[in-house]
Amino acid sequence: MEILVYLIPISLILGGLGLGAFWWAVKSRQFDDPEGDSRRILSDEWDDQPKP
Amino acid sequence: MDGSVERGGLAACPACVALPGMGDVAAGGVAEKELLLSLPEIHCAACISGVERVLAAQPGVASARVNLTLKRATVDAEDAVEPGALVAALGAAGFKAQELDAGLLSSTEADKAGRDLLMRLAVAGFAMMNVMLLSVAVWSGAEGATRDLFHWISAAIAFPAVGFAGRPFFASAAVALKARRLNMDVPITLAILLALGTSLYETIHSGAHAYFDAALSLTFFLLAGRYLDYRTRAVARSAAEELAALEVPRAVRLVDGAEETVGVGELVPGDVVLVRPGGRMPVDGVIVEGASELDRALLTGETRPVAAEVGQVVSAGEVNLTGPLTVRVTAAGKDSSLHRMADLVAVAESAKNKYTSLADRAAGLYAPGVHILSALAGIGWFVATMDARVALNIAAAVLIITCPCALGLAVPAVVTAASGKLFRKGLLIKDGTALERLAEVSHVVFDKTGTLTMGTPDPVNLSDVPEAAKRAALSLAMGSSHPLAVALTGALRAEGVLPLPVEGLREVPGYGTEAMADGRALRLGRAEWVGAEAGEDTATWLSLEGAAPVAFTFADRLRPGAAEAVAALTAAGCEVELLSGDAPRAVARFAKALGIDTFRAGVLPAEKAARVEALQAGGAKVLMVGDGLNDTAALAAAHASVSPATALDAARVASDIVLLGESVAPVADAVTMSRRAVKRIRENFQIATAYNVIAVPLAVAGMATPLVAALAMSASSITVSLNALRLR
Repeated sequence: MEILVYLIPISLILGGLGLGAFWWAVKSRQFDDPEGDSRRILSDEWDDQPKP
Repeated sequence: MDGSVERGGLAACPACVALPGMGDVAAGGVAEKELLLSLPEIHCAACISGVERVLAAQPGVASARVNLTLKRATVDAEDAVEPGALVAALGAAGFKAQELDAGLLSSTEADKAGRDLLMRLAVAGFAMMNVMLLSVAVWSGAEGATRDLFHWISAAIAFPAVGFAGRPFFASAAVALKARRLNMDVPITLAILLALGTSLYETIHSGAHAYFDAALSLTFFLLAGRYLDYRTRAVARSAAEELAALEVPRAVRLVDGAEETVGVGELVPGDVVLVRPGGRMPVDGVIVEGASELDRALLTGETRPVAAEVGQVVSAGEVNLTGPLTVRVTAAGKDSSLHRMADLVAVAESAKNKYTSLADRAAGLYAPGVHILSALAGIGWFVATMDARVALNIAAAVLIITCPCALGLAVPAVVTAASGKLFRKGLLIKDGTALERLAEVSHVVFDKTGTLTMGTPDPVNLSDVPEAAKRAALSLAMGSSHPLAVALTGALRAEGVLPLPVEGLREVPGYGTEAMADGRALRLGRAEWVGAEAGEDTATWLSLEGAAPVAFTFADRLRPGAAEAVAALTAAGCEVELLSGDAPRAVARFAKALGIDTFRAGVLPAEKAARVEALQAGGAKVLMVGDGLNDTAALAAAHASVSPATALDAARVASDIVLLGESVAPVADAVTMSRRAVKRIRENFQIATAYNVIAVPLAVAGMATPLVAALAMSASSITVSLNALRLR
């Protein structure tokens, strides 16, 4: 049962990392223009120098 | 000091020389501003990069970013950059653009509320999944110290998570309780808090059942409903704001002969304003200088322009067509006829707001019901077993299991699905209950000018006009921005007619354009001006010195989809009617072309509203479709209302649904879609009820273990969401 001592915190930390990533994505306005972003990825104009 | 001398004389680094404008920035002479442009027609990756490239190439533009979801571009530019120049540059590159009034768009604030809800939803989801993992272990047989450990970890996750994610419910319940009434959030809050409280108590006393996962999944599913609801309304609100922001309300005031641009709100009676051709009257007033023609279609529904001379009274909302007019203000802002009409609309709106939505009606029955049931179950068990712990557990279980996950999701899920589908067809639902009201519609009343027709004239007799006259007309029409001239230019260009070379082309405001060709005078304009007899139809006349005048007659063009809309509405069982302020002949012709049997012409605004009210007094539910000031009272009085995006602001405010595209065919789609949506909402209520009928006896009997509660709750929420997705 000692394995739980490692596994439970690990699962919580991994989940927390996911939550943190989502938090960052929302805060940095990654979801402001979902439609535009899905099209921009097809454009080959900014391969070397991504637009801000 | 030293530094600036050095930079001025000898560049510190080669890069500074290579960067143009660097000196300006250092001098601090450039203030930056943010411009917003609406780009209604962009739809692809090529459009995005095209628009951004065009904008970035304009002088003074620092950066440009397109948002395809909102169909908008944000431009950072120097203060001197005029939005008009950007719009023109985009137009030249083939992108239709319009300036937006940034002051009217509160998008950042709205975004914040949405992001806030999304974060709470994410936290609730994260906590729910982790606690579920631990709970599954307990359900599958963890015992003793292991179970207690799992419960403690669950509690450690659940308490902060609920505290953060459940805030919207707690706040709303607190407000409702303070006002001494019950809303849907009161049983929700009570259930969440009771679930957490009893679970903690059980955990401390190492009991077998803890409802942490139930409290969290409750929060999660309800937040999902809230978020859907928010998204639907945010899309509608931002689009509605954008429509309002398209009209930048400014006026040119003349002070001692000098022009200054001021906001319409600053004008007072006695001011003198200049209205240029193509501009809309910002105020009520009297013309003191100039001659022109006025387009009153939005106010009265009559399609023919009216001559405007000195001394004539003008109303806000009329469009000045040919010459510049100087107008002395008699009523501005809140006193203008436009605003008085908008106030009338506000009064009618408040009457409409009395409509209670299906969800509110369900909540009104539901909230007291579950509280009484849970209290009764608790008291019953206490009397039967004399064990307060068991009784409280049962009461909590009843509240958790009846809690309105399905009810909270039922309406938002369906409304989101339906408005999303309608939005893609070009319909914008402004009001939450609009779909429900639309579903009850039995009569449809259409306005003609601007609603079933485009409100713009098209020449109809070009085939009867000799080629020479066409060439002369084209060169004259090109010199004017009068709508008839613009329509004529477009139609003749499309035919491939070449303009006749002319000299001395000039526009006579209010009359037409004249020029010389081969030593003979040419005139294009009003009948009496060119020496012809004015007829019944809208027409412009061409006269060549020494020849008989030639008439170009115009008719308003049907809006695409008008015939389809009428046919589909009739097929859906609605009575269709046409009420217009225009002349009888034109109205009768249109009604016949569209297959509408009931029509009335020359109807005054008050009569339109009276007709709608009379129909509704007779038990009908009326859908009013109109665009002008003469329709606003009727729009507000009707059970549901639709106006096209080209309508006057007051009309758009008064209506529940805005038609974004050119076609009116989606109106019929809206009616059928709303009927299906309401059917789905009712089905969802039935599903929720059916689930409660099964689950509540289990809870009252004390058989609702956390496993049963979690299964029942998720099952009902998922069924309801899937049922909403069935909406086609």
